[in-house]
Amino acid sequence: MEPTTKTETLDIEGMTCASCAAFVEKSLTRTPGVQRAVVNFATEKATIDYVPTQASPTSLKEAVVNAGYGVIERVPDTSAAERNAEIDRQKALAYLKLKQRFWVAAGLALLIMPLSMLMLWPALMQQVNMQWLNYSLLLLTLPVLFYSGREFYSSAWNGFKHRAANMDTLIAVGTGAAFLYSLAATIVPGFFMRRGIMPEVYYDTTATIIALILLGKVLELRAKTQTSAAIRALIGLQAKTACVVRPGGQEVDVPIEQVQLGDLIVVRPGEKVATDGLVTEGHSAVDEAMLTGESLPVDKKPGDAVFGATLNKTGSFRFQVTKVGADTMLAQIVKLVEDAQGSRAPIQRLADKVSAIFVPTVVVIAILTFVVWFDLAPVEARLPLALVNFVAVLIIACPCALGLATPTAIMVATGKGAEHGVLIRNAEALEKAHQVNTVLLDKTGTITRGEPAVTDFVPAAGQDATALLELVAAVERQSEHPLAEAVVRYAETQQVAALPATAFRAVEGKGAVATISGQAVLVGNLRLLNEAGVRLTPALEQQAQQLLAQAKTVLYVATEGQAAGLIGVADTVRESSAAAIQRLQAMGIEVVMMTGDNPQTAAQVAGQVGIKRYFAEVLPQDKASKVKELQAEGRTVAMVGDGINDAPALAQADIGLAMGAGTDVAMEAAGITLMRSDLSGVVTAIELSRQTIRTIKQNLFFAFIYNTLGIPVAAGLLYPFFGILLSPMLAAGAMALSSVSVLTNSLRLRSFSHR
Amino acid sequence: MDAPEIIVTLAGLALAAFVVWYFFFSTRQVVSAVSSSGGVQEVAINVKGGYTPDVIEVECGKPVQLHFYRDEENSCSEEVLFPDFSVRRELPAFKTTLVELLPEKVGTYAFTCGMGMLRGSLVVK
Ligand SMILES: [Cu+2]
Repeated sequence: MEPTTKTETLDIEGMTCASCAAFVEKSLTRTPGVQRAVVNFATEKATIDYVPTQASPTSLKEAVVNAGYGVIERVPDTSAAERNAEIDRQKALAYLKLKQRFWVAAGLALLIMPLSMLMLWPALMQQVNMQWLNYSLLLLTLPVLFYSGREFYSSAWNGFKHRAANMDTLIAVGTGAAFLYSLAATIVPGFFMRRGIMPEVYYDTTATIIALILLGKVLELRAKTQTSAAIRALIGLQAKTACVVRPGGQEVDVPIEQVQLGDLIVVRPGEKVATDGLVTEGHSAVDEAMLTGESLPVDKKPGDAVFGATLNKTGSFRFQVTKVGADTMLAQIVKLVEDAQGSRAPIQRLADKVSAIFVPTVVVIAILTFVVWFDLAPVEARLPLALVNFVAVLIIACPCALGLATPTAIMVATGKGAEHGVLIRNAEALEKAHQVNTVLLDKTGTITRGEPAVTDFVPAAGQDATALLELVAAVERQSEHPLAEAVVRYAETQQVAALPATAFRAVEGKGAVATISGQAVLVGNLRLLNEAGVRLTPALEQQAQQLLAQAKTVLYVATEGQAAGLIGVADTVRESSAAAIQRLQAMGIEVVMMTGDNPQTAAQVAGQVGIKRYFAEVLPQDKASKVKELQAEGRTVAMVGDGINDAPALAQADIGLAMGAGTDVAMEAAGITLMRSDLSGVVTAIELSRQTIRTIKQNLFFAFIYNTLGIPVAAGLLYPFFGILLSPMLAAGAMALSSVSVLTNSLRLRSFSHR
Repeated sequence: MDAPEIIVTLAGLALAAFVVWYFFFSTRQVVSAVSSSGGVQEVAINVKGGYTPDVIEVECGKPVQLHFYRDEENSCSEEVLFPDFSVRRELPAFKTTLVELLPEKVGTYAFTCGMGMLRGSLVVK
């Protein structure tokens, strides 16, 4: 006898991400006696089917604990959203603290600067005691150093202990050197004077550099939060509550975390759909723009899928929950975008290598600059000149702009893509897409709708079109054949009356027969009519030939033993296809089509959408080799497909674009997923990729040019020829601006919109 | 050349040599800080100006749990990245953040801070 299974639900504690959930799931699945375990990250619940004789709730809990997580008895308070809120709180606090530190530094620097400039007016200097002035400057600088700039020094020291040098190292060493020199000149000026050096102080340099760098950081932090705004917005879309119908029929609002698989949920006009499911009753139009980028509301009727976070517009409907938490479409989109933002683009490798060795190299250059200036400058000015240039090199060289160049652009672009219904799997896919010069389209489901639709309805002479369609629809409503469905859909758009059908009989491979209002109605192929002894009129015969010549399927209708009409059915081209293909061609991309259809049909469709090159009669297993064929011609190929059988071809292509989020297999194999079944997504993806790569290149150029030019100038290379030296304060200003300008450039991608 | 010039030159060169040696050539501590419980390899990593330990040895095919404790507020360490695993995680200050990975191929995988300056590596054996 089959052992009966029991189901247990556990509240899991300590999961921080979807892969935690996978860990717990794996651990539970491996436990003896467990038949199925599903762990939901968002709701922090594990649902386990197990055999009671082999496993028990205790052993299940043990498995969870062994995986490194805890089991709690009630619903936990710390949901993922709250943890996000915690990070947000911390960030807001850090921003506030940073701003405070900046204002303190800026305020004091504004006092220090004019005081330091007193030296420029000898008449004024006579009135002031130099010693006193220096000590007051020192007192004013100390808070800047120990309050505003403390983080630079502690970070530099911690990094030094780890043999890691970061940008703070440069700032700390630079300002630290300027400060220590000034300190010595303040405390023991005699030591300098005896050697013929004016004991100058650089407190203004120290304070101003710290203020400027902090200003850069404030602006940077503000811009950075905007780069990840898209994903926060996505998470924020999730509904908070759902109106669940209890078995008794009573409707209760419950927190979204308590919604379970199989629950029946009511959605009223203007409400968000709580989670993913299938409509069971009611009609409505739902705005799915947030998930698919489709701007028009989508009609929903019983049997249609609805997705969490979409907005119900007009009617009220009920749906049964099929997915909750991390399994929902929204959660998967969020996960995909997060993954993409965590990946690194190949273009970034150089920048990565450079930033790893950058700081120590700059420190060495700065030391050598100091030595050379000390040795070559006139004796009375050698120490100040050496010091100023040493500091300038350190400050100008800060590589943060380099580190920000690629990730910020990728973050903005992937978020922007999601907004348009274009999901990018990783940064590499985004980078690859811009090189594409050939797009290979699988005809069915991409150029065409992928389902048959009525294209021609031809009543025989003397027949009333509406009356005939009513009869045909009545028969076809009973049938389950895909062609019958197409006829029913057509009848619905024509809004003909629904008549009751009796004595319905499906004739295998031929069609269907039924009696409607006392009339025997036949709908099917020619054989069905022939076998019933029905002859076509010469006019119908000729019209049927015409339809067949257009590669359409023809359905024949007979009433009361007489031929009554024809229906032409074909897979129709989407309205948007031709425009999108033209757009791609205008971008310099060749569009190639492949199809399993005969050359005649292929030529017909290709001509309709303006495609010149196509492959016909391609077997499903040969799709990948067609991609290879194009690649052998030296092309960079983007493959667009929608079905499971496209997966090998999607994987073979330089970049695969899976259309429609329906099949996970295709999504796995594809670098980019288009949420909307519409070729304009291909245009969006390639345009977005091109713009992103352009932005990254600009960013890298800014960052590199700035460092490579800035360092020699700061080192004083131009001084012997043009007398140009870079003041450390100017270096600090430029450094603060550089990362801000890179961020701003990346944020420009937010205005991306195709068309 | 007078005496101060000679002193500055020699000291400068020595200092430059030290910087190069210290950051690029000195031997690093290799720690395989692995404790296994229930098939999950757990590693505690302290984040303060760098990663301690910064070289982590793990076994292939077994899930790895890295407990990052960020012991500072400095912005440089606020993110940790595992580019080969497509993981980018924010590390709140003075909190432990878990990063889970399933290493399926033998090799050395770098992890870095958001700007690529703090570095560590995951050695999968
Ligand atoms: Cu910097």
